[in-house]
Amino acid sequence: MPSKFLDEARDPLIIAEGWMKDGKDVAIATVVETWGSAPRPVGSHLVIDAEGTFHGSVSGGCVEGAVISEALDVIGSGQPKMLEFGVADETAWQVGLSCGGRIRVYVERLG
Amino acid sequence: MDPFALKTLNAERRARRAAILVTDMGDGRDRVVKEGDVVAGDLGEAISRAFRTGLSGTAEAEGRQFFLNVHLPQPRLVVVGAVHISQALAPMAKIAGFPLEIIDPRTAFASDDRFPDVTLHAEWPEDVLKHCPLDRYAALAAVTHDPKIDDFALKAALDAECFYVGALGSRKTHAKRVERLLGMGATPTQIESINAPIGIDIGAANPAEIAVAVLAQVIAAFRSRGLGAKAKSEAA
Repeated sequence: MPSKFLDEARDPLIIAEGWMKDGKDVAIATVVETWGSAPRPVGSHLVIDAEGTFHGSVSGGCVEGAVISEALDVIGSGQPKMLEFGVADETAWQVGLSCGGRIRVYVERLG
Repeated sequence: MDPFALKTLNAERRARRAAILVTDMGDGRDRVVKEGDVVAGDLGEAISRAFRTGLSGTAEAEGRQFFLNVHLPQPRLVVVGAVHISQALAPMAKIAGFPLEIIDPRTAFASDDRFPDVTLHAEWPEDVLKHCPLDRYAALAAVTHDPKIDDFALKAALDAECFYVGALGSRKTHAKRVERLLGMGATPTQIESINAPIGIDIGAANPAEIAVAVLAQVIAAFRSRGLGAKAKSEAA
């Protein structure tokens, strides 16, 4: 029975559990540290399946693309990764946070 | 993440119970710690602190680094009394992130017409709270002025250890209320935890301003939740 206390349709950890039950391979990304202004607080999740479908967020959309491609690696290898993102360098086309903050994101496979 | 840990964590979250996912950043192993579980040493202290503050973060213990992801239930605000103050409080609470519900058995007050888009129970608190019990992550504001409606809900909120209990009424009204609650078996410590007169003192002069004062008091209570208990345990 769905809980009346959680927004199950949008809750990343509930979605990840559902994917797992459907037999999908899943990666979970978690913001574990932030410095300066960061769009999403420590503890926020982005969940990704092997097709690249994702829910939740670890930033305001700035670094999700990079996290998703790393997550696909993690699903393949089973080895967790620690990612760090800082300020965007526009000339280098580097992925980053335009807000000026820095974040560390832990990406692990479910199971 | 261990699939079993994810299932356990989601079960706790669905049941509105606080839990922390503890991940060892060295080897990636994780487990769920429920509120009240005993964990020894520095890690145990970091876990208690995280439950109190609700803040996720890293912790060093026994030469290892852990990540504590705290999942506290969404706080909710239960208002007894579908009165003018509640009409102002409902939209404000929604904006501030507190889902609000109103209980008032007087159907003339608790009408959808007066409270569009609000969870409204036109029933006695005794009946509503049976199905939807209060807990430590609920705040209760009793604003009917009517002992027949307010008293039961106030006693239930004190027994459920709601993080906030407030009651509308002058000091004189409250003195009489205290007598009744003591008669119902409330302890002096419980009585002391009631915010009465309700709301922080901003000189509120009308229902909307009282609603601001009440909401501010609820937020203050939620953000300082557990800090009083901490001060007490340190003093002891």
